Amino acid sequence: MLANLVLSFNCTYLAVLLSFIRFNKHVGNFFSSQHTNNWAVLVCTSRFWFNYRHVANTLSVYRSVKRLGIPDSHIVLMLADDMACNHRNPKPATVFSHKNMELNVYGDDVEVDYRGYEVTVENFLRVLTGRLPPSTPRSKRLLSDDRSNILIYLTGHGGNGFLKFQDSEEISNVELADAFEQMWQKRRYNELLFIIDTCQGASMYERFYSPNLMALASSQVGEDSLSHQPDLAIGVHLMDRYTFYLLEFLEDIHPASKTNMNDLFKVCPKSQCVSTPGHRTDLFLRDPGSVLITDFFGSVRKVELTTDAINLTEPITPVEDQEKEPYSYVDQLPVSEIIHQKPKQKDWHPPDGFILGLWTLIILVFFRTYGVKHLKHIF
Amino acid sequence: MGQQHLSLEELVIRPLHSGDIYASFQFRTLWETDFMKGNKVSHYRLFPKSLGQVISKFSVRELHISFTQGYWRTMQWGQPFLPAPPGAELWVWFQDTVTDVDGTWKELTNVLSGIFCASLNFIDSTNTVQPSASFKPLGIGNVTDHRFLRYATLPREIVCTENLTPWKKLLPCGSKAGLAVLMKSEKLFHSSFHSEAVHIRPVCGDVECKSVSWELRQTLDVVFDLHTSGQGKREWSLFKMFARTLTDACPLASSSKIYIDITDNPELSPATPLLSQAVVLGDRRTFSVYDLTDPSTFGTMRTFNVQIKWKNTEGDMLRPLLHAERYVAGYGLQTGEIHTLMYNQHPYRSFPVLLLDSVPWYLRLYVHTLTVTSKGKDNKPSYIHYQPSKDRIRPHLLEMLVQLPPNSVTEVTVQFERALLKWTEYTPDPNHGFYVGSSVVSSLVPSIVAMDTNNTRDRPLFSSFFPTKEESSYFIRVYTEPLLVNLPTPDFSMPYNVICLTCTVVAVGYGSLYNLLTRNFQIEEPNPGLAKRIANVIRRMRGVPLL
Repeated sequence: MLANLVLSFNCTYLAVLLSFIRFNKHVGNFFSSQHTNNWAVLVCTSRFWFNYRHVANTLSVYRSVKRLGIPDSHIVLMLADDMACNHRNPKPATVFSHKNMELNVYGDDVEVDYRGYEVTVENFLRVLTGRLPPSTPRSKRLLSDDRSNILIYLTGHGGNGFLKFQDSEEISNVELADAFEQMWQKRRYNELLFIIDTCQGASMYERFYSPNLMALASSQVGEDSLSHQPDLAIGVHLMDRYTFYLLEFLEDIHPASKTNMNDLFKVCPKSQCVSTPGHRTDLFLRDPGSVLITDFFGSVRKVELTTDAINLTEPITPVEDQEKEPYSYVDQLPVSEIIHQKPKQKDWHPPDGFILGLWTLIILVFFRTYGVKHLKHIF
Repeated sequence: MGQQHLSLEELVIRPLHSGDIYASFQFRTLWETDFMKGNKVSHYRLFPKSLGQVISKFSVRELHISFTQGYWRTMQWGQPFLPAPPGAELWVWFQDTVTDVDGTWKELTNVLSGIFCASLNFIDSTNTVQPSASFKPLGIGNVTDHRFLRYATLPREIVCTENLTPWKKLLPCGSKAGLAVLMKSEKLFHSSFHSEAVHIRPVCGDVECKSVSWELRQTLDVVFDLHTSGQGKREWSLFKMFARTLTDACPLASSSKIYIDITDNPELSPATPLLSQAVVLGDRRTFSVYDLTDPSTFGTMRTFNVQIKWKNTEGDMLRPLLHAERYVAGYGLQTGEIHTLMYNQHPYRSFPVLLLDSVPWYLRLYVHTLTVTSKGKDNKPSYIHYQPSKDRIRPHLLEMLVQLPPNSVTEVTVQFERALLKWTEYTPDPNHGFYVGSSVVSSLVPSIVAMDTNNTRDRPLFSSFFPTKEESSYFIRVYTEPLLVNLPTPDFSMPYNVICLTCTVVAVGYGSLYNLLTRNFQIEEPNPGLAKRIANVIRRMRGVPLL
């Protein structure tokens, strides 16, 4: 009987051990990416109405990323020009991605953090490296830490080794690679996915050298990325091909889906895109087949259940004021007061260089003409 | 003793003579507390926490910010309830405890740019002015030292859904219930004029005005065009304007009303027996009132939609008494002239106006050419304040108090010269031009009807924005158009750079070759020593041949 007991004990022990190992494998899959929060930096670098498609590209990625769970506070959206409320837009407050106005990617709940002239190379690099002036509000900062997965999406006009910002400046692939290295050294990311949709986009990720970077581009060096379709009512091309098919691919993803990066690499083959999309995974430590799309496009929410009670502080009661003379509104246009207004006392400033120089010249001329012997009477 | 929070919402619809329709939303949140004595506040209920923290951190006494798209056409539409210039405008009165007003102003603009998703961080010393007589505080208080006032406009700022979204989030009910349900961006931005604003100021907390309440007013003015939104028919309804109907009032609002202006006798359906008269902008107007807190307004279908129809009558509109225009005259890219016209259309009364002009430093004003003429004769202003600009540091500020004679046009002209900017200072699209902010004309205009001077009584929101001190006149502010000026722009384009480079290379290369081929070479004596040179000088003086 004791042997039976021991055997049954051993069996249960073994069963528990086996189930524990199986559980561990599932748990392992869940935590294998080791990130605790997600960020996204989405940039459209082109200005002017005929570059409508670049804004539509960025907004469709913004829409997918929001739909899959990343909140606005974790998205830095930079749009170099306003297309939705542009006076040339026949349907104001909308940006469409499909012709016949099927899908409005601008939506009703959009928060653009950097817009118009604020989208510059300097601001972009400052956002990435975190070197912003102290008065910058939180919504304009990338407050990532070493457990953050960041998605960076750039679109606009580019060439071999550079991306053009707003028709007046450009960022080179070397600068971008150095910015990512700064981020790595400051431990500002856990893993980073870089997607770029421009002409010759693959040149932008050639120079990366920091670990844990995965990059995708819409075309190889020497190829142009083409736009998808024009809408005759709006009069411009609505989307670029690569991002159009990327949007279609992402529309099938939901927060719990298990699609991995190898499927993302197959988006937009040459038959649909005319250009050859490229990707780079040599700097990435994990196997792309084990990286989920939602690791970058979705958001991890860790929920901690606690049964502890938290004490709320008492509301501060204001001190009662003794003096109770009545207040009054101010006269909006007190004509007599204005006419007899004394000119305000200017603050005294020490004399500036010009006045000092002039006086020095006058004194020197005086002493040259009448002789230096007067000096000793003064000092 | 609990602090009282109060929230009111109101929509005023006014059919305009041109066939357009003007809708003005006002949301007012009152909070009985006092930020001014340095009191700390911890519990926010209806008043949004983001704005409350901004007020207490930056010691703000009054804050007025507006975002506008389009220009208000005074001659066709009359006067607006709340005037606003195109673009973004921000003016702030700080409390007298602030020691570094400029530094606080800079931080405040950055924080507000994050709250409203606007590029307010472009406000710096080059477009901020300190008016000396305009923009007196609209709230209660005694101190009016203009050192604590700052005013800035960004005429280029665009307004779109990304500004409306945070604005809606500041409302107590958000956009889920009450009048804010009507605010859908596709309809609101497809309009001739769209202006959203936030005004924070201290007001009288009770009838004797012994306690202070803080008031947050959020306003949204929109004018829908007859042809683009109205299909050419003077027949409007809430559904036609906003593509939505109302289903309930905001449960947090103590009062939720719709006022429709029926002074010109439009037809309303469903009609309502509730009528109210109010004196607004110097005129007595009659309004039909729909109270949304009364469930019978919504009827059996639990929805509320009102239709307004009116006929095209000629010449009945009350002509606005004050109107202002501005334009740039001149030709070429070196000089120009700014003309500001102010129209006084009262038949026999004259009234004073205060004109505030803030011109950027790159238009160098020649103040000796400033002329003010009315009816062909010189009109000397009774008060002038001029602060000249400093390149790249501050703009020009010109404030004048001018008396406008009855039934006349007053023209203010000043010549300017355009500056050449440094090449890094140009915007990415410099050929669009550079904007000069609107002029502000503030005035006390004589009123036809006696105004109500009791500022503490409960009045509809649209008539209680500007405090009135006397019965015979009311205060209005009129904004002119912003100006778009071309500055001399270098050709940033590639062909220009290529031409320069090619010409340089050709000049250097060809020039050297030409010199080598055509120059004559002579052998020259090496330079003689100092003694020989002096000797040569003496020999020349003697007339003897040189060494």
